Amino acid sequence: MELLVAIMVGVLVAAAVHLMLARNVLRFLFGLILISNAANLTIFVSGGLTPETPPLIHEGDYAPLEGAANALPQALVLTAIVIGFGLFAFALMLVYRAYQNLGTLNSDEMRLAEPPDEAPPDDSKTYIAWEAKQ
Amino acid sequence: MSWILAAPLIIPFATAVLAFLFRHGPEGRWLSVLGAAGLLISSIILMANVWGQGVIAAQMGEWPAPFGITLVADLLSAVMVVITGITGLAIAIYALADVEERKEHLGYHALYQVLLAGVCGAFLTGDLFNLYVWFEVMLISSFGLLVMGGNRQQLDGGIKYVTLNLVSTVMFLTGIGLLYGMTGTLNMADLHGAVQEVENEGLLITVSMMFMVAFGVKAAVFPLFFWLPASYHTPTVSVSAIFAGLLTKVGVYSLIRTFTLIFTTDVAYTHTILLWIAGLTMVTGVLGAAAMNDFRRILSFHIVSQIGYMILGLALFTPLALAGAVFYLVHHIIVKANLFLVAGVTRRIAGSTELSQIGGLYKTAPLLAFLFLIPAFSLAGFPPLSGFWAKFILVKAALEGGGYVIAGVALVVGLLTIYSMTKIWGNAFWKPHPAGVSPKLSILPAKDRAALLVPIAVLATLTCIIGLFPEPFVLFAERAAEQLLNPQAYVDIVLSPASPTSEEVFQ
Repeated sequence: MELLVAIMVGVLVAAAVHLMLARNVLRFLFGLILISNAANLTIFVSGGLTPETPPLIHEGDYAPLEGAANALPQALVLTAIVIGFGLFAFALMLVYRAYQNLGTLNSDEMRLAEPPDEAPPDDSKTYIAWEAKQ
Repeated sequence: MSWILAAPLIIPFATAVLAFLFRHGPEGRWLSVLGAAGLLISSIILMANVWGQGVIAAQMGEWPAPFGITLVADLLSAVMVVITGITGLAIAIYALADVEERKEHLGYHALYQVLLAGVCGAFLTGDLFNLYVWFEVMLISSFGLLVMGGNRQQLDGGIKYVTLNLVSTVMFLTGIGLLYGMTGTLNMADLHGAVQEVENEGLLITVSMMFMVAFGVKAAVFPLFFWLPASYHTPTVSVSAIFAGLLTKVGVYSLIRTFTLIFTTDVAYTHTILLWIAGLTMVTGVLGAAAMNDFRRILSFHIVSQIGYMILGLALFTPLALAGAVFYLVHHIIVKANLFLVAGVTRRIAGSTELSQIGGLYKTAPLLAFLFLIPAFSLAGFPPLSGFWAKFILVKAALEGGGYVIAGVALVVGLLTIYSMTKIWGNAFWKPHPAGVSPKLSILPAKDRAALLVPIAVLATLTCIIGLFPEPFVLFAERAAEQLLNPQAYVDIVLSPASPTSEEVFQ
């Protein structure tokens, strides 16, 4: 079971990286959602996966039964999912607003906040102008 | 619940709620100032306690560590909370004159207070998963503040900031999951012992690298810093000042905390990587600054290069070097926030932060020029200002450890910092204004002038005080470094069954 989930995490990460390498910001974001799910699954597996033993403690005992899954990572994952949900809702909204205002989803064209690129000086023309002056 | 430790979290949260309720009136902004003052006072009380009794820890809900949620403050945490209080209050006052009413209606002050709460939480928490949660509190409010108002530049910078920070968050979360799988605990004090018993050392190193990348993105180290100069100059000045002062330092703090307390099993390997990162961060940051032509963008790149110095202190891993890192953290937060505030006033009176479009400020606003020179000289490391001592300690530590190359790099980067500061000075203050106007401070309304200049003056005075009377601060930094290098006291207090529960501390 663990192996299966581990392979799935691998596939998710691979797909996520593929998406995140795209120029399109929306694809990047989808990649991010996939990779965050891969992270959640990783935590989930770290607590152990057992379908049979319930993680309950007998009266008078201090520890759950042998072979029970650790419940704490599941609680952690739940928190992480909720937080991730909020962050991605924000991020999607931001990308939408950016698309409306900037008119593009291509990250290469999003350069408003950067200093403008100076056009590389065209050597041949300057040289001709310099020659003409002489 | 220990109120001394919880107050720096509860006060800003309560203020945030109130400020949100009163966001349509003038009460909101005064509540924000009041809340920030409350935070400062509570942080000073916390500091006094930590200084007196050593490390303080409290278990929330009275579950003993490592099962419950731990709040813990050693000297480093305490001083970071105090400095959060100081800059938080200074910028809350500055925001009175800086933030437009439109943004106040959107809930600027509430988000600002949540940001402060998140920063304090990250400094005070005692376990890794809560560190993650506090990071998220801080991130989501910083997202809101960054794009608030939504002009095109902000959206552009915001996308880079948001996406790269989300990547680091995922990395952090995965690291937490793997670490829990290996050790079965997330309490930092408990992890200190637990990682010694991990057999799979390769995986432990991998996890430590994941943490290094995750915190490295937050701290903006080479080569993970590109989101910072792309976004920090776009929002309202008070927002970029608090970001510049505090947010990256949370990343540095987390690096220092995890790499002195948890990941010390293979110092030769991890801290050598940190040393390389430190050197490259210093150099690339300052070269970036030298290439820029905008006041706030130059300052943004400087943040990057200064982060390198703090990482250098951590990487050298000697008592003196860590003391230098702590000293540098404190000094840098004050100075950097102050420089951004000066940039804001410059824009208000001269019309732009683009250096080619402004000028003449020395002639027409000499007071502002003077207030700029103090933090600028301090950042560059002129004696007798605070930056000099910070750099001096670090370079001395590097030389003692035989790191002649890195000491040389640190000194050269200092020189280059002066170069880019003179660029700001020469363009914004010295040369005549290209549009022929004479920007005067008196064009600001009197009330605004007070709100804008008082925080700048106070922060500049603090820099001078640290610079002129460095002994107590250095002594403090040395004690903080000692605690970091010998975390046994920290571990004992967090894990001891007799650690103070709510009732004991409350009485």
